[in-house]
Amino acid sequence: MAFLRKYQFFALFVLLEIVSFLLLANSYSYHKSLQFNAVSDLSGNLFSNFNSIESYFSLKEENEKLLEENTLLRKGLASSFLISDTSFAYSDSLYNYQSAQVVSNSVSNQNNFMLVNKGSLHGVKIEMGVISGQGIAGIVIGTSKHYSRIMSVLHRNTRISGRIKKNNQLVNVVWDGQDYSKGQVNDIPSHIRLNQGDTIVTSGNSLIFPAGIVIGTIVDQTIAANKTLGEATLAFSTDFNSLQYVYLIKTKMKPEQDSLINEMMNE
Amino acid sequence: MRFALLVLLQVLVLNNINLGGYIHPYIYILFILLLPVRMNKNSVLFIAFFTGLTIDYFGNTLGLHAGASVLLAFARPGVLKLFFKPIDFGKNEEANLKKVGVGGFFRYTLLLVIIHHSALFFFETLDFSNFHLMLLRIGLSALITTLGILVVLMVFSPRK
Repeated sequence: MAFLRKYQFFALFVLLEIVSFLLLANSYSYHKSLQFNAVSDLSGNLFSNFNSIESYFSLKEENEKLLEENTLLRKGLASSFLISDTSFAYSDSLYNYQSAQVVSNSVSNQNNFMLVNKGSLHGVKIEMGVISGQGIAGIVIGTSKHYSRIMSVLHRNTRISGRIKKNNQLVNVVWDGQDYSKGQVNDIPSHIRLNQGDTIVTSGNSLIFPAGIVIGTIVDQTIAANKTLGEATLAFSTDFNSLQYVYLIKTKMKPEQDSLINEMMNE
Repeated sequence: MRFALLVLLQVLVLNNINLGGYIHPYIYILFILLLPVRMNKNSVLFIAFFTGLTIDYFGNTLGLHAGASVLLAFARPGVLKLFFKPIDFGKNEEANLKKVGVGGFFRYTLLLVIIHHSALFFFETLDFSNFHLMLLRIGLSALITTLGILVVLMVFSPRK
């Protein structure tokens, strides 16, 4: 009994640490964070009340009007329509955009998240892409009734399929956790030379982002000898630190694409 | 009451502060530092766990602050003994500025903050490839947190 009492404190300490680690383990993987998301209207409401005080100073209504107008314009863009061959144009739009206000955001952690004020009631679903007016912003990983949680591009598990705009070569974009304005471009074929200012856009392969959304522009390329794939640094086109409004992207073809992929996997 | 104020300060104000990407003050741990010295150690562990969990809930870091805070609570009795052994604490007395002096409180806070922040920044990445950067983050943040805690205490402590 005395033994138990002596080590009770230590045992409790170990137990609580184990619980913490089990909770934490979910955040290391993108797929696990899709399953465990603690979004609730409670934290959303707290942040949006505070945010409404903050944005009082930034011409809130004017911004929102502009945003609605932009949404309309985007829906009319040629890239929003599916054109399977030259003689037939699908009359319905392929992507739908939903505007939302960012109520909470961070850029200084190793894994950053945002909270926006549109949720399942507005048709938001997990794995929808999120973009800003300037470029990509993140991916929806959880929803409550009125709010959604977004995994920012500034996350260690981020891996976005991109394309070099000038020659359509496929690359991957990741973030190393240091500077919120800079990302890393991986898997560049070694014969490709990039110049400062070259644009990297989304490839459209991921089913989350439409093709051609700007990710950023190249700052410099590291040339490594005897390596088949090179790396480069890019400056994100989205300023994550000042992000206030975003668009959530609903891919109308996603169920069809998903079922096709599942079919392929099962064979 | 103190709990609510510190959590709100942390979640709404301090979590939005970004000083060069390296400095993250976590003032909320002041709540754990100021629990009565003679409080049951197991209770302190539980309180620290739930304090951390609350911060995690609002910061989308489930488990991270809970783990670091539990470690802090675990180290607290030892650190209290190390610095304040000669001082007699009453039943519900806390180790505040008045009781242990500014110097004593500074040492007590700094050591526990370093323990807490080290755990926090290690667990955040589990990646040691940028060891120098991590040390820099821990050092700078620990210093700013400690100074921040002293400022909060001086502003809010009742004057005579």
